[in-house]
Amino acid sequence: MRSTAPRALRVGERALLVELAGGEETEAFHAELLRRRAAGTLPDVREIVPAARTVLLDGVADPDRLAAELSDWEPGPLPARVGGAIEIPVRYDGPDLAEVAALWGVSVEAAVRIHTAAEFRVAFCGFAPGFGYLTGLDERYGVPRRATPRTAVPAGSVALAGPYTGVYPRSSPGGWQLIGTTDAVLWDTGREPAALLAPGTRVRFTAVGVVTGAGR
Amino acid sequence: MTDRAVVVVRAGALTTVQDLGRTGYAHLGVPRSGALDPAAVRLVNRLVGNPETAAVLETTVDGCALRPRRAVTVAVGGAPCPVKVAGRPAAWGTAVRVPAGSVLEIGAATRGLRAYVAIGGGIDVEPVLGSRSTDLLSGLGPPPAAEETVLPLGPDTGTAAGRGPVDAPPWPGPPGELVLRVRLGPRDDWFTAAALRTLVTRAYRVSSASNRIGLRLEGPALERALHGEPASEGMVLGAVQVPPDGRPVVFLADHPTTGGYPVVGVVREADLGAAAQAVPGTPVRFTPVR
Repeated sequence: MRSTAPRALRVGERALLVELAGGEETEAFHAELLRRRAAGTLPDVREIVPAARTVLLDGVADPDRLAAELSDWEPGPLPARVGGAIEIPVRYDGPDLAEVAALWGVSVEAAVRIHTAAEFRVAFCGFAPGFGYLTGLDERYGVPRRATPRTAVPAGSVALAGPYTGVYPRSSPGGWQLIGTTDAVLWDTGREPAALLAPGTRVRFTAVGVVTGAGR
Repeated sequence: MTDRAVVVVRAGALTTVQDLGRTGYAHLGVPRSGALDPAAVRLVNRLVGNPETAAVLETTVDGCALRPRRAVTVAVGGAPCPVKVAGRPAAWGTAVRVPAGSVLEIGAATRGLRAYVAIGGGIDVEPVLGSRSTDLLSGLGPPPAAEETVLPLGPDTGTAAGRGPVDAPPWPGPPGELVLRVRLGPRDDWFTAAALRTLVTRAYRVSSASNRIGLRLEGPALERALHGEPASEGMVLGAVQVPPDGRPVVFLADHPTTGGYPVVGVVREADLGAAAQAVPGTPVRFTPVR
């Protein structure tokens, strides 16, 4: 599964984009980068930005040299799950919950059970500060984005798109399918890290209140 | 109420607090932000005796007007524009004293787009994640200046007389043609050979839809060799992203940290200050570099 060596592409003068075979390889490579940075064996890098199947290394003095080094790396083991997953309480009352359940071919109650049974991991952040792209749902539960995005999705909305679950840290336009809401504070610049859902964080969603699937 | 502050009398089209940006948090989805013309910020800060990292005001097109509550030293740079203190013409591009209660008027840019106003002591709004910059994409930092906005100042670091000359090369001014050096990749293989030729041989123009997030261009569309939606990946400053309409967008300071459109190339960071001063309609040419 990890037979493919990472491929490093030059990005401008000072960055590398490292391509990996899949999400798991990306997680392992990202963890390895953080280990090496903590150990002081990684050259100075201003930003390490994981994404779906890539890790961007930006602000690198000598990208070609780092690219050559990376090709010799033995991929390390996946990071140990320390401290378990954080729990995010969710009211499963989103306007798109019934539609998501229909797409999955299950009842609303079963859809909530599926979502609360999975263990998620923040694969990467993007779109907005503190907006994490969480993987963990089985492939068959992927859903399309809405054909017409909403102009305002309320903060705390728990939403699905493609293979991902996300939680909107603040009100913004958005095209994801809304399945519920949470009062969890997703983003707080007075906290370290500011993002509740920083890359690598493990997450479980728990149902609170009555599952309605209404509100459409 | 402290008198170490300036009051915004006229906010202009878009006036924001900017420093050299918010780095180190891209993995949390936080854009770099910061001044679009950082060389101008460094210079105006040096002119008033501030560290280069002090926060300044970035104006857009039509300047702004400020009333300091105590006497301050200011310097206006970036886009050339008329400067007045208490109604009288004052110098652009050098340190100027503004008495307490007098209005500093920064007029409309005569060339270029964005003027920078450094004030002795720097603008001392609360930093967010290590920067005072207003990030218009994600809403971090102070909101854009409005009439009556009070901007606190840091302690002044000296007197204008004690600062000595600043060895600033004369600013060449905004270009009649914007030449952007571009290094192809990482996703040039998503485009046809003809499209890559088009990018580096044909003329583009700066679109009026440009903003702090990106320099949008009008001109020939770039045809894709690969179709579909690429997986979201990390984006850098200067990335030339090509959305489905085929018109390249050069990412500026408030660009998103990840994106799902292919990046055909990356513009040299040194060329982005000129890009930020290019008015809509300016011809743009990409020249390939290794």
